Order: sequence, then structure tokens, then C-alpha cells
Amino acid sequence: MLSVELQTRLGARELDVALAVPAGSCLALAGPSGAGKTSVLRAVAGLLRPDRGRIACGGETWLDTAAGIDLPPERRGCGYVFQDYALFGHLSAWRNVAYGLRGVPRAQRRAHAQALLERFGVGRLADARPATLSGGERQRVALARALAPRPRALLLDEPLSALDARTRADAARELIGLLGALDVPVLLVTHDFMEAALLGDEVAVIDGGRIVQRGSAAALAAAPASPFVADFTGASVLVGHVRGTADGLTVVALDGGGVVASTAAATGEVAVAIHPWDVTLEPAGEPAHGSSRNRLEVEVVSVTAIGSRVRVGLAAPQPLAAEITQPAAEQLGLAPGARAVATWKASATRLLPR
Amino acid sequence: MELRRSAWFPALLGVALGLAVAFLTLPVLAIFLDTGPGRLLDSLGDPASREALRLSLVTTTIAIAIVTLVGTPAAYLLATRRFRGRELLVTLVELPLVLPPAVAGIGLLAALGPRGLLGGALDALGIRLVLETAGVVVALVFVAAPFHLRAAQAAFAAVDRRWLEASRTLGAGEAATFARVAVPAALPGLAAGVALAWGRALGEFGATLMFAGSFRGITQTVPLAIYDRFATDFDGALALSAVLVAVSAGLLLSVKLLARDALR
Repeated sequence: MLSVELQTRLGARELDVALAVPAGSCLALAGPSGAGKTSVLRAVAGLLRPDRGRIACGGETWLDTAAGIDLPPERRGCGYVFQDYALFGHLSAWRNVAYGLRGVPRAQRRAHAQALLERFGVGRLADARPATLSGGERQRVALARALAPRPRALLLDEPLSALDARTRADAARELIGLLGALDVPVLLVTHDFMEAALLGDEVAVIDGGRIVQRGSAAALAAAPASPFVADFTGASVLVGHVRGTADGLTVVALDGGGVVASTAAATGEVAVAIHPWDVTLEPAGEPAHGSSRNRLEVEVVSVTAIGSRVRVGLAAPQPLAAEITQPAAEQLGLAPGARAVATWKASATRLLPR
Repeated sequence: MELRRSAWFPALLGVALGLAVAFLTLPVLAIFLDTGPGRLLDSLGDPASREALRLSLVTTTIAIAIVTLVGTPAAYLLATRRFRGRELLVTLVELPLVLPPAVAGIGLLAALGPRGLLGGALDALGIRLVLETAGVVVALVFVAAPFHLRAAQAAFAAVDRRWLEASRTLGAGEAATFARVAVPAALPGLAAGVALAWGRALGEFGATLMFAGSFRGITQTVPLAIYDRFATDFDGALALSAVLVAVSAGLLLSVKLLARDALR
């Protein structure tokens, strides 16, 4: 368990954050640029000393400003993957990985580093300098380097943002696999809610230096605690697996029931992302009309006004959100507990590997 | 449509570079053209020349070792920490760069001479600098150190700060991070600093003359020997100059090559 409680001034703004991440779980700290996300990571790693706070991991106190405890970074044992990876440019890939292998006898370091690189699929690049590697390769080397000393917690700063769109999907899939196999707390920060939803077991949205809401990505998207979170979350995320194709569309069976179709191609386990403004609501029990391929029976969970719009949280039974106009919401008589049918087009349905 | 670009500016740049190269290499060339290979060897055969050369190599080596060992960590501190008075400190350590050599010599005498600020203390410790070989080293350190400090500071400032942070999160303390990341990453810049400082030390004349004097075998380095000979034996002075140029060039080149190989 990694627990963090800190308050500090960052220039003109105040950062005030409290969070806890259980071992083997990944918390995605998501928020816009300048929200203070990276400062939280730096404070956990010991690279930034907050004005006040307490940070503990696995029963060991790393920072306690009240008690005068402040372990230097080298004694905290945090694996830190920097945003642009910060690989040592003067060292080859394997020497980068071997850098943190302190307990390993000198003669075995090369083999040890090589094994780690193999595990990340970049064993053939052991002798390459970082400058000659692609973004995806650098990320793998950086992950191998961060995990080499067997860290007590793993910190990831925007792990996918330095990658181009094509590499990103593959890297995301690998990261998910890696995070699932780790038994230490993982804290990652991202400005992209989709990334947070994909990688985090839980998402905490940070705005103006504070965590404004925390929960599963789906719950946040479906029932945002504030207009900021509603805007930030953007899309609802449902999970399921691809059952096959029909009429040129990918058919996904949702966990917990329901079937949706998408124009996107995918196989296996997927996350289905739908923007709330693409979802329309119809009264329950009426026959289907219109061109929308996706129709799900839903129950209204919450109704949140955002200016002239209304964000309607739904149980489909997975959490889903629809954004409709104020008059439409009144006409449908939407209130928690009411039943309705949510419809949206297959072309508005994004599929992401999971 | 006008496709031809105006060519006067590139031409101007070319002319400027040509002038600079010609003017800066002409004296060096002249030294070698006026000194036949035979005269060069004769000069090396002369015991006074050999003594001066040996003294120059010994004193500059000691001085550069001191400059590197003390200057490198000092430059690291100046480059990586922000603290009150940092700018002032940077200016103070760079001051000897703009000091005329004669002023440097007077300053050293006023500070470390027999009647200088610390003269009594040094005397009590049994340390004599004036008119001694040790005095030459002191003068060389004084004039050469700022060159290394400046170059090393720039080299350390150019090292990605996150490399240093990554090193810390990987379990390396501050000292290990300095030795294993900062110095290797800054090595080309550090070598350039050492080369510059060494070149300056080899050519040092004024401060050495005023502080340590010009005694054969004790404080008479090559530049002082050249000056000593210049009035009576111009050809001898010329030959010794050629030796100094060759040694300086050789040293600079080997420092640069060493740094490049170390990075491989």
C-alpha cells in the first residue's frame, strides 16, 4: 500500500492531495496540464519536498514533515518512468537497465539486464544507444530499467504520450499486461482520460491542485461529481469481448449483459468508448426507429446539469452516460430509477484493446 | 521569376572566415617555416631548453590536476544548484579571466608573498612559494582554473536534469550520480575545459614572472625561457617556440581524443 498526503505551494498555486494505492493496483491520476500531477509523482519519488505531508509505502515512512523524516530518492526504491523516459544517453540499453542492479554481482549484471530486456521484447537492442531507439523501444528500455531494482512502487509519468498513435495501442496493451502482473502499487499520471481509463484500476481526477473525484473510469464518466469531471472524462467506457462480426460490424458482448456493434475492428477483450453526446435516450417500451444500431435498456442513476446540457448517468448495467438538452430531459421525465432505452450509432463506438 | 539568390552574404561570410584563418595561423606557420627540423632538434639538445620544457610539463600537469580535482566538483555545484549569491560567486571565480597577467602576479604577491595577507601563515607552516617551483604551480592554477570552471559549468548545465533524477530513483546517491552520470555525460565539455586550461597554463608568462621569477631549472618555464633568449638568440627562441606549439597542440589533441574514446 502506498499512501500519500501532501500539501505544497507550486508557484502561485497550492497542491493538496491525499491518495492511497493498494499493492498490485494501479491508480491513474488524471487531469489537465498544469494540474500538479507530475509534482505528486516527484514528491512520492523524493525529487520534490512538499511543504507538509506524509508518504508511506509498505509500512515504511518515506516522508513525514511533522516528524522530520525525508528519505532521499535513492533510499525510497521507487521505479520512476519519466515522460520522455530520461534514458542515460551515454550508456547502451543494457547498461541503462543494469544501472540500478546494485545487489547483483558485477559479472551477472549483463545477463540480468539482458533477461529484463528480453522480457520487454527488446533483447536484440541491448547494445544500442538510446538516441538510436524508437519511442516504443525507449519506453520498453525505460520500463525494464525502472523495474530492474525491484522497486517498492512504480511511478509512470504520461507513459503513452511520447508515442505516436500507431505505437500507442500496442504499448497500451503491453502496459496493461505488465501492470496486471506487478505486485507493487502503481501510480500513473496522464492528461488523457481514455489512457487513465485504459490503464488504471481506478482513476482520480485532479484539478487545480486537488483530487476532485475518484472511482472507476466508468463510474466517473457516468456520474461526474462536477462539470469539470464531466467534461474531462469525455467518454463512457464499457468492457466486454468481441463475439464476431455481422454485416461488416464488430459485435461486442458486454460484461454483465448487452451487445453493442462498432464499425471499428478489434478482437478479444476490448474497452468500448462512447461519447455521452453521441447517446440519445428514448422512452422505454417503444419500438425501434432510426438508424442507430445500438440499443440498450438502461436505468437512470443520476441527472447532472452542466450549463444548458444534462449529463444522465445510466446503468446499462455497466455505467454509461448520455448528454442531452435540458428540455429533452424534462420531456422524458428523467429521474433516478426511471427506465429508458439508450441508442447510439455503431460509427460512434470506439473499441480499444484491453 | 527570379531564381538566383543573392550571393553577396555567403561570399562575405567566406571572406571573413578566410581572413580569420589566415591571420590566426600565419604566426604559427611562420614559427615552423623559420625553424628548420635541424634547428628544432638542436634546440631540444640544449640543456637549458630541456630543463624549461621539463619544468613546463611538470608544473602544468600538477596545476591541471589541481584545477580538475577541485574545479570539477565546484563547477557541478554552481551548475546544478540554485542558491542566493550564485551569480556573484560565478562572477568572482571568473574574474581572473579578465585580469591582466601583471595584475594577477601582483595580486598573488600581495596575497601569498612574504609580506602578503597569508604570507605569515604560510611562513609558519614552512611553505615558501615566491621564487620556488611551487609558486609557478600557484600562478598557473590561478590563471588556468577559470577556464576549466567556465567550461565545466556549461557542460554540467547541459546535462539533462532528469538523468540525474533518474539515477537517484535507481538507487544511486548524490556522489554516485555525480561520478556515474554527470561526469560521463559532461565528459566532452569537461575535456574541452581541461584542454583550454592546459593550453592557458602552458603559455602562462606574466603572473609566473612576477610571482615566481625566472630562474633556470626552478621557475623558468618555456615561455619565460623564450623571453630570456629572445634578445640574444632569436633563432633559439624561435625553435623553443616551435617546441611549445607542438607540445601544446599534442596535449590538446590527446585530451580531446581521450574524451572521445571514453565515450565510446
